[in-house]
Amino acid sequence: MARTVWDSTVGKKTVMAVSGLIMLLYLVVHMIGNLKIFFGAGEFDHYAHWLRTVGEPFMHYEWTLWLVRVVLVAAVVAHAVSAYQLSRRDIRARPSKYVHKKPRASYATRTMRWGGIILGLFIVWHILDLTTGTVHPGFRPGHPYQNVVDTFSTWYGNVIYIVAMLALGLHVRHGFWSAAQTLGVGSRRRDRALKTVADVLALLLTAGFIAVPVGVMTGVVS
Amino acid sequence: MKLTLRVWRQKNADADGTMSTYEVDGISPDMSFLEMLDTLNEELILRGEDPVAFDHDCREGICGACSLVINGDAHGPERTTTCQLHMRSFKDGDTIDVEPWRASAFPVIKDLVVDRSAFDRIIQAGGYITAPTGAAPEAHATPVPKPDADFAFEHAECIGCGACVAACPNGAAMLFTSAKINHLNVLPQGAPERETRVLDMVERMDEEGFGGCTLAGECATACPKGIPLMSITQMNKEWLRATRRVGKR
Ligand code: HEM
Ligand code: SF4
Ligand code: FES
Repeated sequence: MARTVWDSTVGKKTVMAVSGLIMLLYLVVHMIGNLKIFFGAGEFDHYAHWLRTVGEPFMHYEWTLWLVRVVLVAAVVAHAVSAYQLSRRDIRARPSKYVHKKPRASYATRTMRWGGIILGLFIVWHILDLTTGTVHPGFRPGHPYQNVVDTFSTWYGNVIYIVAMLALGLHVRHGFWSAAQTLGVGSRRRDRALKTVADVLALLLTAGFIAVPVGVMTGVVS
Repeated sequence: MKLTLRVWRQKNADADGTMSTYEVDGISPDMSFLEMLDTLNEELILRGEDPVAFDHDCREGICGACSLVINGDAHGPERTTTCQLHMRSFKDGDTIDVEPWRASAFPVIKDLVVDRSAFDRIIQAGGYITAPTGAAPEAHATPVPKPDADFAFEHAECIGCGACVAACPNGAAMLFTSAKINHLNVLPQGAPERETRVLDMVERMDEEGFGGCTLAGECATACPKGIPLMSITQMNKEWLRATRRVGKR
């Protein structure tokens, strides 16, 4: 059955939908967690520490966090590999373009591909910046509040982050509705509701994430 | 009406093609697009040139033989087949671009004619029911609820023209395949092959080299028979259901 799914365009799209929804669920939780930055270094750093102790005493220190990380890496890899393979196939299926061009023809497809590439690059930078600190001069492990303020005190930190979050909004807007169709839960009756949920999710996620750099830039968070 | 046509000319499957420009005069707004091309071809024949090859058969919008991407739109600017498109949809003096369906699964044979036999092979993979042929069965022997009959009929309207593939930025055949699957899968007559039909037809569709669906929606906009985009959602649902069931066997 796994082979049938992976070898089929419909199946691979299902992998994209499920992995996309897993990432989406994570991002909603992540966005809400980030908003604690507005309540000061104490609360934010305490929240970051708590992420490592979730599930104790059943789970050991950081076990839950690592479990989440493993699921997320699996989701990102499955999503990106399927996206790459499906996109290659789509381009091969339509090699010669029409001489008479119509610009709107592939708007959603192109924004998903470019948006996806931007998100993929962003995820790598984001981890190197705020998780491992590899590309973060003066990174202090265990002091996430200060690290976040540092990142958003640089112009490039703000630009990268805000561009990526706008790409995220567009990706989720088409992606959430799209995933509903892939999983066969869309219908004419539910279409308006699904599109509204997609718009609201996209808007809340983008606004919620961008609030943090805006907070630092305006001095609300310092 | 006097028109300038830019038409894709390609000698055979292996030759390179180009857009060639022709002037046509004396076109009546009541002519169909195909009659306009007939007028051009009569002139080309009188001049001793090779007429433009294009597909057509019924010329009444029911067979699915006609094609053509006209000014970038499959079947042209109206929501109908090219044979039912009339020249009144254009203005005197217009320049009109005429191209064949473009998809690697639909290779060009000559000029505007493409090979759509990939669709036939998708149908052969599961677009049938197993029933004894002979005298028609009694109409009321198998009751079909009205909403199911309506749903089946809506999908049975697909004429297999391929405009959905031509319009899709990914050269996907999802709308056609979903119409054919949904038409039979909702009916009691189609129930014995419900799972194998969707699995085999989707597999064949992939093997023919069609692209995947990114839900751009261009297919449903181009379809002359109004097959809705949600047909693809329904096909996905059937495919997932069949995959679960067959996996359990
Ligand atoms: C590694 C970075 C990413 C890449 C390269 C990527 C790429 C893509 C592409 C190309 C598509 C369209 C595929 C198609 O329609 O055939 C897509 C769909 C989707 N993406 Fe992403 N994406 C990425 C990250 C994300 C993230 C972080 C989320 C979480 C919010 C997400 C959620 C979705 C969803 C829900 C879909 C719709 C799946 C479907 O149509 O069934 N993606 N992605
Ligand atoms: S779904 Fe519509 S566009 Fe596609 S083959 Fe059938 S009738 Fe033609
Ligand atoms: S020629 Fe039959 S549908 Fe156009």
